[in-house]
Amino acid sequence: MTTEVGSETDVKKEPEKVPEVQQQTEPQQTEQPDKAADSAAQPASASDDQPQEESQSAEAKSDPEAAASPEPSSPPAAGGQKKDKGISRFLPPWLKRQKSLSQDKPAESTEPPRQESVEAVKEEHEETSQPKEEADGEGGATTSTEQTEEVKEVKEVKEVKEVKEVKEVKEVREESRAEEVQVEEKDKEEEKSIGSADTQPVREEKEGESEVKESEEQTEKKEEKKEEEQVNQQETSVLSALKLKKMKMVVCHVTLLDGSQFSCEVEKRAKGQYLFFQVCEQLNLLEKDYFGLSFKDNAEQRCWLDPTKEIKRQIRNSQWQFAFSVKFYPPDPSQLTEDITRYLLCLQLRQDIASGRLPCSFVTHALLGSYTLQAELGDHDPEEHRLDYISDFQFAPNQTKELEEKVVELHKSHRGMTPAQADAQFLENAKKLSMYGVDLHHAKDSEGVDIMLGVCANGLLIYKDRLRINRFAWPKILKISYKRSNFYIKIRPGEAEQFESTVGFKLPNHRAAKRVWKVCVEHHTFFRLVSPEQPTKTKFLTLGSKFRYSGRTQAQTRQASSLIDRPAPYFQRTSSKRISRSLDGAPVVNVSDYSQALTAGAGENGPSLELNSDSKSPQVEVVEKPNEDADTSLTSETAFETDKGGAPERKVPQQTPPRPGTDSRDASKSAEVKPEVNGQPEVVEVVEETVVIEEVVKAKPKSPTPEAAVTVETEHAAEVKEERSLSSDSESEDEAEYHAQPPSTSVSAQLIKEEPEEEQEADLTQQAPPSVIESQPITEAAEPAPAAEEEKPAAQPEEEACADEPLLTPDEAPNGHALQDEAPPTLKATAAEEEEPHIVNGSASRVETEHLPQVICCSEPPVVKTEMVTISDTFAAQKTEISTKEVPIVHTETKTITYEAAQLDGNGDGEPGVLMTAQTITSESLCTTTTTHITKTLKGGLSETRIEKRIVITGDSDIDHDQALAQAIKEAKEQHPDMSVTRVVVHKETELAEDDD
Amino acid sequence: MAGLMSGFGSFTHAVVRAVPQSLAKEALRTGSQEVDLLKVREEYDEYVSVLKHRLGLEVVELPADDALPDSVFVEDVAVVCGDTALITRPGAESRRKETEAMKTALTELGLNIVEMTDESATLDGGDVLFTGREFFVGLSKRTNQRGAEILADVFKDYAVSTVPVQDRLHLKTVCSMAAPGLIAIGSSEPAQKVLKIMQQMSDHKYDKLTVPDDYAANCIYMNLPGKGDVLLHCTPEEFPESAKVFEKLKDHMLIPVNNQEKAKVDGGLTCLSVLINKKNNI
Repeated sequence: MTTEVGSETDVKKEPEKVPEVQQQTEPQQTEQPDKAADSAAQPASASDDQPQEESQSAEAKSDPEAAASPEPSSPPAAGGQKKDKGISRFLPPWLKRQKSLSQDKPAESTEPPRQESVEAVKEEHEETSQPKEEADGEGGATTSTEQTEEVKEVKEVKEVKEVKEVKEVKEVREESRAEEVQVEEKDKEEEKSIGSADTQPVREEKEGESEVKESEEQTEKKEEKKEEEQVNQQETSVLSALKLKKMKMVVCHVTLLDGSQFSCEVEKRAKGQYLFFQVCEQLNLLEKDYFGLSFKDNAEQRCWLDPTKEIKRQIRNSQWQFAFSVKFYPPDPSQLTEDITRYLLCLQLRQDIASGRLPCSFVTHALLGSYTLQAELGDHDPEEHRLDYISDFQFAPNQTKELEEKVVELHKSHRGMTPAQADAQFLENAKKLSMYGVDLHHAKDSEGVDIMLGVCANGLLIYKDRLRINRFAWPKILKISYKRSNFYIKIRPGEAEQFESTVGFKLPNHRAAKRVWKVCVEHHTFFRLVSPEQPTKTKFLTLGSKFRYSGRTQAQTRQASSLIDRPAPYFQRTSSKRISRSLDGAPVVNVSDYSQALTAGAGENGPSLELNSDSKSPQVEVVEKPNEDADTSLTSETAFETDKGGAPERKVPQQTPPRPGTDSRDASKSAEVKPEVNGQPEVVEVVEETVVIEEVVKAKPKSPTPEAAVTVETEHAAEVKEERSLSSDSESEDEAEYHAQPPSTSVSAQLIKEEPEEEQEADLTQQAPPSVIESQPITEAAEPAPAAEEEKPAAQPEEEACADEPLLTPDEAPNGHALQDEAPPTLKATAAEEEEPHIVNGSASRVETEHLPQVICCSEPPVVKTEMVTISDTFAAQKTEISTKEVPIVHTETKTITYEAAQLDGNGDGEPGVLMTAQTITSESLCTTTTTHITKTLKGGLSETRIEKRIVITGDSDIDHDQALAQAIKEAKEQHPDMSVTRVVVHKETELAEDDD
Repeated sequence: MAGLMSGFGSFTHAVVRAVPQSLAKEALRTGSQEVDLLKVREEYDEYVSVLKHRLGLEVVELPADDALPDSVFVEDVAVVCGDTALITRPGAESRRKETEAMKTALTELGLNIVEMTDESATLDGGDVLFTGREFFVGLSKRTNQRGAEILADVFKDYAVSTVPVQDRLHLKTVCSMAAPGLIAIGSSEPAQKVLKIMQQMSDHKYDKLTVPDDYAANCIYMNLPGKGDVLLHCTPEEFPESAKVFEKLKDHMLIPVNNQEKAKVDGGLTCLSVLINKKNNI
């Protein structure tokens, strides 16, 4: 009520009181009347400021609604803070944390805020000050003093919120700039959004809080009069309208799950979040994290509206038409707290079923249909419910008379079931359907066969026609990336496998690839992680899309919703009128039994649990650097990584890539030791390389040359961080990086290559891991490229490699035989074993080299970097040194990569050093060691060498991994007494004991 | 009011088919062993008797047909789940006609019949493992991708994953369900590969019951009113080590059933019947 006052007061101070009283007394139905009233009052004020509104004025509804909407999004911040302490107990720890971080801003906003927001200042001032006055006035007017008090609080909250809103916009921008300065990497595109992204989480949470509060308060009020609530909302909307004055407004049309349209006005530059909260408020939905807004892009593809970004930028030229729908299908709907949430999920599923997106059998159609009838119509009434009574419902894509009869028959058996129970039953059955919650994307495998990628709560499913031909659970996926129209997943090696493999899929176009990538990132985060990844700002360089899911995870939303403490909100089902009839006197308001729902709230399958069980992995990175320039060294690393990322690996059609000792990727990471016991990795790295390029250019300062690589590296770093921050989830691999020589490595062959990847690929192609001898041919192939490459973007080296690779077909690969011979028997065996599964899943595609065009990315401007690849003997010398004696050498590969900066682009100027040489040596045995030497020239003409070692210790629990690792580190130290170990990262992957009998 | 995917293992009816004279000589087999028809019949009678008398199932026995030497293995010609029956198109051409009698019988039992008419499709029921939550279809010499697709289309509620089967006749030659969520699996390399793939492909977690002999992994699980978990499995005479493994399932009613003779023509326990639950009408 207070809120109302505020808005109205602005408009007309005197009349305020009167209208309020009226509104309060007004029943819910009055929405339109209210609106009319509001609009009548508002228009005067609002229209003045907003010329645009005029056009919209015709739509009286939109104004009030829009007004209402603004509040939700903005208010939370201020309101939340004020009441922080009170609310804090309700907040999950993560919320609190974030708050504290964000608090500075909020504090500013709350106190001085009014002044700060120049634009809004006046209006808001008025609002804020007035409301209180009004409240006082109201107190007199209103009957119960208590109410008034509450009202006051509410008002304050909302007022503050409003203020905040305005501020937000500006603040956010400012902040974002600040961030930009700090973090060079940020995309231009994303600048704003990113900036906001950082701040947003805070907001969201605050909102959440405030909402909760609101809801609580509302509920209290409700008890007295529901109408009041609505009045509140409307009032609030009115307030918000004031804000809108200065901005350009756009009317958004949102199709709700029941098919109705919701329109609301939003500021043209509003973020997705704003609109989304408007809708959620309209729906009275608290458990909103499962939902999202989608829109159709120009190609008629459905895209999710990113809440953290401006709507306008996302929809581009499309209409402001959205659909509210379920984004994350809860695997166990009984764990949802509120019936209203379940109801909305039911609506979504009914749509999914009727449209054929969620296939089911005849019997299931009938069963689900019967629950729908029970929920919507109540008990079957033979007199009223003749067969045609269900003609309004669509239970299946092709609805037959037979089906309808069956539905009716089953409907009769549900007598006595409340709508909420019927919904619950509906969901209990629907959730078991194999395609429940599976988001399908068309794709092709490496052989060009049409397949579908299904992203779901548990991971990625691969379908061919209706058959599931492969499945990659999240724990099996190390990295998700896309490049151009290709989508890649990097797979954690299985128990029997030594090396990661990458599987690539061809999407129809770049946007489709990015879309599936995003969906994967979101699903992984939502279902798999306890909390979202930290924003990327901390990393020095970021290549690729910085997109991350920033909303709550399922774990968080469950936690939050477990704190929901409001009486079950009333909501109208599509045909609730009939419900009241059939239920004979059942209270119209709450047909649902919330008690049930609440009890169900206990979490079962929380992702957190999974995480805990699956992942326990300390990470150790050992990095030795002679110089202390960490950054430089990093850069160089990056370069390697880039290679990985940049060049998709070839897939050998049917075999799992048994990778012999050398993975280019691994190499790039330098020394990562992965003890894989049956490890299940949980961390997913997300890399989008396409975007990367552009960003790279900007990010540049550090390493111009190897930027692409840098990106990768950064990501890598990100992973690590994620893992740590995430705690339980993400520690999974053991990585050891250090400068020392590889304990187990013997460097025999010297290959001068541009890219480590080539080798990899070669290996893959041949399936036999051994690489050394063969490498020469490869090298030759590669060599020609360098010259050509001059003046090409840094990224090119990779691509070239790729390009070259195609030439090396598995059959063609000269080394093939040699490799096999060399390959240790064990390796072969492994390979053989693994082959089968792949074959089985044949459809799963391996990475396709062929698809890699030389062009870096279509959509983004390539970074111009010039590099010359030099083949020099100098490095060879190094290699020699590196060789190790003690370790049994199973397989050894040596690669030397030299980069000389022939020309540096403008970007390069700021750089601390140039990567002169990088060399990777990999050997395999019980321990697999990958050693990377990176020599850079720093600005001063100094050169630094950094050695990274990645040691993978594989074995059962019988092996003492700690000891092995300690030994490895010790050896490394001994080998390079003059160097210091700067970083040790240990990734430990342990899999729960497989079901042993 | 059984919901979707409930009541795994509960059956009311079984369809079997009498042993034809021609089985001994003409039935397809991967080995080359002599088959004693009398013994086969004894085993068959025992099997039917267990279903009928011991377990109280309603047994529908189709008449023997000498023109169809393999027809005793009825499992291959129909896949029944819920109230829907998919009449298959067996991979062995000589067996295609076996479906006719089965189709008639299942129709009479009131099941919804779907026939596999696509001539490019083949599917043997022995390649179909239903776990209660999903299907695995072995891609073998007898079953192809198209057959699996059709099955997926018929049983839309369930995930249908394909599993390559090598060196074995059928998927169920090396595995079967021994309880809800429990897969009995042979210990041979092909069997273990199959298991691994199934585990990877599934969203559900299965326990495994590893038996030393692949053939012994073919058992029949039921959950019957008044009897609880029932398991028909190999006899100690045939596979002593494997039988010991089954004997560890203390909560099951264990019924060893002799199948020695039919094993010579690659017949497992599951092959001999099509089990149906008529009460499972939702």
